Amino acid sequence: MTDTTELNALEGRLTEQVEAAADLKALDDIRVSALGKKGEVSLMMRELGRMTPEQRQVMGPALNGLKDRLGALIDARRDALENAALDAALASERVDVTLPAPREPKGSLHPVSQVMEELAVIFADMGFAVAEGPDVEDDFHNFTALNFPPDHPARDTHDTFFMQAPEGQLPKVLRTHTSPVQIRTMMSGKPPIRIIAPGRVYRNDWDQTHTPMFHQVEGLVIDRETHMGHLKGCLIDFIAAFFETDQVEARFRPHHFPFTEPSAEMDVRYERVGDAVKVGSGDRWMEILGCGMVHPNVIRACGLDPDEYQGFAFGMGVDRLAMLKYGMSDLRPFFEPDPRWLAHYGFSPLLQANLATGLS
Amino acid sequence: MKFTLSWLKDHLETDKTLDEIAEAMTMAGLEIEEIENPAAKLAAFTVAHVTDARPHPDADKLRVCTVETVDGTKQIVCGAPNARAGMTAIYAPLGAYIPGLDFALDPKPRKIRGVESHGMLCSTKELEAGEDHDGIADLAGDWPVGTPAAKALGFDDPVIDFEVTPNRPDWLGVHGIARDLAAAGVGALKTAPVEPIKGAFPCPVRIETDWPEACPVFAGRVIRGVKNGPSPDWLKARLKAIGLRPINALVDVTNLISYDRARPLHVYDLAKIGPVVRARKGAGDADRFEALDEREYTPAAHHCVIADDERCLGLGGVMGGEHSGCTDATTDMFIESAWFDPAITRVTGRETGINSDAKYRFERGVDPETVLPGLELATRLILDLCGGEPSEVFVAGEVPGRPAPIRFDPARVEKITGLALSDDRIAHILTALGFDADRSQTPWSVAVPSWRRDASQAADLIEEIARIEGYDRLPTVSLTRPAGRLEAPATELQNRVRAARRATAVRGYQEAVTWSFCHTDQAALFGGHGEGLRLANPISSELDVMRPSALIHLVTALQKAADRGMDDARLFEAGPIYLDDTPTGQKTVIAAARRVVSGRDWRGGSAPDVFDAKADAMAALDAAGAPVANLQAAPEARGWWHPGRSGVLRLGPKLVLAEFGEIHPRVLKALGVEGRVIAFEAVLDAIPSARRKDLKTRPAMEISDLMPVRRDFAFLAPADLPAADLLRAVQGADKALITDVSLFDRYEGERLGDGVVSLAVEVTIQPKDKTLTDKEIEAVSDRVVAAAEKAGATLRR
Repeated sequence: MTDTTELNALEGRLTEQVEAAADLKALDDIRVSALGKKGEVSLMMRELGRMTPEQRQVMGPALNGLKDRLGALIDARRDALENAALDAALASERVDVTLPAPREPKGSLHPVSQVMEELAVIFADMGFAVAEGPDVEDDFHNFTALNFPPDHPARDTHDTFFMQAPEGQLPKVLRTHTSPVQIRTMMSGKPPIRIIAPGRVYRNDWDQTHTPMFHQVEGLVIDRETHMGHLKGCLIDFIAAFFETDQVEARFRPHHFPFTEPSAEMDVRYERVGDAVKVGSGDRWMEILGCGMVHPNVIRACGLDPDEYQGFAFGMGVDRLAMLKYGMSDLRPFFEPDPRWLAHYGFSPLLQANLATGLS
Repeated sequence: MKFTLSWLKDHLETDKTLDEIAEAMTMAGLEIEEIENPAAKLAAFTVAHVTDARPHPDADKLRVCTVETVDGTKQIVCGAPNARAGMTAIYAPLGAYIPGLDFALDPKPRKIRGVESHGMLCSTKELEAGEDHDGIADLAGDWPVGTPAAKALGFDDPVIDFEVTPNRPDWLGVHGIARDLAAAGVGALKTAPVEPIKGAFPCPVRIETDWPEACPVFAGRVIRGVKNGPSPDWLKARLKAIGLRPINALVDVTNLISYDRARPLHVYDLAKIGPVVRARKGAGDADRFEALDEREYTPAAHHCVIADDERCLGLGGVMGGEHSGCTDATTDMFIESAWFDPAITRVTGRETGINSDAKYRFERGVDPETVLPGLELATRLILDLCGGEPSEVFVAGEVPGRPAPIRFDPARVEKITGLALSDDRIAHILTALGFDADRSQTPWSVAVPSWRRDASQAADLIEEIARIEGYDRLPTVSLTRPAGRLEAPATELQNRVRAARRATAVRGYQEAVTWSFCHTDQAALFGGHGEGLRLANPISSELDVMRPSALIHLVTALQKAADRGMDDARLFEAGPIYLDDTPTGQKTVIAAARRVVSGRDWRGGSAPDVFDAKADAMAALDAAGAPVANLQAAPEARGWWHPGRSGVLRLGPKLVLAEFGEIHPRVLKALGVEGRVIAFEAVLDAIPSARRKDLKTRPAMEISDLMPVRRDFAFLAPADLPAADLLRAVQGADKALITDVSLFDRYEGERLGDGVVSLAVEVTIQPKDKTLTDKEIEAVSDRVVAAAEKAGATLRR
């Protein structure tokens, strides 16, 4: 075989076969029969050695050209067949993407947790740490050290839960406020003190706005110079930060608490928006917290000299703050875990109240 | 404490309006609870003159009246028998709401038997302003047409109710309120002085104070020949306005003075008491008596009683006895005016359950210096209302002395309140409140009035000065953060709670907050309530002990949710449990629970099991900072967990951080919970503290570029060999090279025989500095097999 005519015919025939190959197997058979060890083209190339140099000069390049073109042709055909096969496979894998994705249960945080974290952030910015103490308290920390003398009518204002006590022993109580934490803080540390004390408190009362357990946050500042003007400023700033408004109009009214003197209640101007409140506008006053300058007897009971140290304290209901800000009308569901209520009033666990990104 | 505006004006000369007085009270610390203005509900009604009244042409009992009203001349049909020309009546216009009938008149004139009626003439009963029996109100006096009915009926006296704080017993009398308001600039105090009345004969009753601690002073006098009976209208109206029931003139006088001067008194029928009356300790059963509330009481030895030689006459300062009370038949009477110790009175009141006006005042501290003026005032009123002849006053004991003077540096006012006031202003306020400042040297010496027994130190005076000056005058100063760096204030435990709470919520649990208390029986299911943690006065018998576990309410809440159609609620709580009544007996836990229900999903659902609970527990502990890689699981959970499907996660053999698994079905049954529940409870304060480091640098990272080698092994092990033991043994076979061991198959079946399981693990071998040869890998494998054998498992071949 020394004629390129024959070669051209061969190329024509193989090209036709490649293009007609129906699948990868057929294509590979063609490749083997043409370019395999014993394939037609390979056999012809083996012939080159027996040719004259002149013949070789013609047939060598011709055969190499044929081999390259055939190889490229087969590669192209293989790509085409593979793509077609993939397309067909993918077509068979089609699903109905409108089918629902798996349902992930949605967890949430309780509004009390959220509000407590908001409080911690706001007060941290004013230099307050968060202090905690036990719920089961003794008479000294809950009452006596807070200037509630034994058998004083002021104790009537707290519907106290008592523990059963052995005869002759003063019963322990469930703390009626978080003020015992103030006592513990003052007795264990040195001024200057700035703390808030959030936590569970207990009073023997149960209706739409009272539950036997609720949450309170108290604040305490003790140093040498903090006066009642600071108390006003601190609390007005707090209300503004918590309700996220620049318009706070506050009113401080004299009141009586055994553990502060002078004592005050703070009212803020507000209007109702559904069950939530808008602070700063409207024509009504709402009592929001109790506060005052720490009573010298309390400072003394904690082993400090009231002529040297002074400061203020305040306390307010955390649940009530949550209700006012987020619009719950009833306190009781706070403590009756109903998944619907928790879903509606709960908060995303990914939310972290902070100064940079906001409270909620 | 209730009082009427007119009552206040008996003591206070003022031209302020009701609103201004209310505002002043509020800003002086007398917190208004309610102002009831009866005039408001009578606003529609006015005085009218009936000029003509003739019989109705078509009805015998009706009259057609011509009436001059505020709206002009009206024709009104009236059924009252007393309607007549010339009378002054009360007119209700068309459309007015008639409170006593609870309906509103038609807004358009109605025909009554064919005659149009343009309004209504009312009885006082229809206005809820009286009890007319004879028909419509027939007003005496010369009231012009259009006068508000409230004024003409004397019903225009607003009732003010305010909260008396426990430190201010002087506010339990209208006189004391007036004194404070005068100091606050509302007007001038004008209480008439009480003039003593000379007795006509010696007091025939001898008084003894046998227990001076409880009753240091007891004054009294007899009035002979009184005529008791109903009080006059003005007195009855005054008492009724503040919600008191008039009884008879003698008793009403004591009630009036109790509310007018915060001075409780008691009156006895002289015929019912002996010649000696004494205040002494109670004598138990011997003193058993029936009090005015018609209940029997047995005074104890630490209660103060008033008694004659025969019997106990009452509990001193708390309540008198039925036997010796004044009735309409009383002709000779004895008045008691004494002072009882606040603490003793309070104990007596609490132990007997009596909460009388007298007890309320004495336990807060009555002004001791009203003993004699109160007696004289009562005498005056009784003589005026009931006549009679008074004896001389008998006083036993001594009036307690005034509180000690207070050393007071006026500069403290600004130091504590931030309020800069002149010394003169400070002294002026003190004087207006009845204090007396001796300013001859600093600190001043401030004498305290007898009615301010609450004032004992400078802070008490500072409060008075700030209160009267007005808190609105205090400066407002922002409290800025102290200079310098802010050390993040949260404690380690607080941060643990925050993180664990989020980790659990992210895993699909909803945070709940549940009661700290639970029922005894519930606590018993969870190991019982701690010592000293039973409530003496629970809010309900269902919540009578402190909870030993946070799971109790979560588990019951799951059932409640299921009852409402929410089968797959998942709840958690981060909060306290109580092991004993000491501060350290309270632990902070995170607990979570969900029912075992298969998720229904078109791709197929699976039910959660103990291992989901284990994963949840580990996620919470991990977030809270526990070294979870070192945690060991062991089947050692306590009795309220499923004995075979629960465990603890502990560090070392003792430090248990969490329990997890299925709740014991018997416990669920006792709690009324259907089906199964998986749960965990982790004690966050049990986690060892992380070591605090000065620098937050992490150790150098060590990673290898060399490919890890993974080898699978299947071991045959006794079924009771804890898998964790095998895994730990394999992991420990070559601590340098083995970086991970994971169990990917567990098989038990007939082919293996009884009590044998096959555990298949994948071991990851991470070369450190050079690729391992086959031989080296083989050596590691041999060590793995040897370690497994030591743990009790054999390679499955």
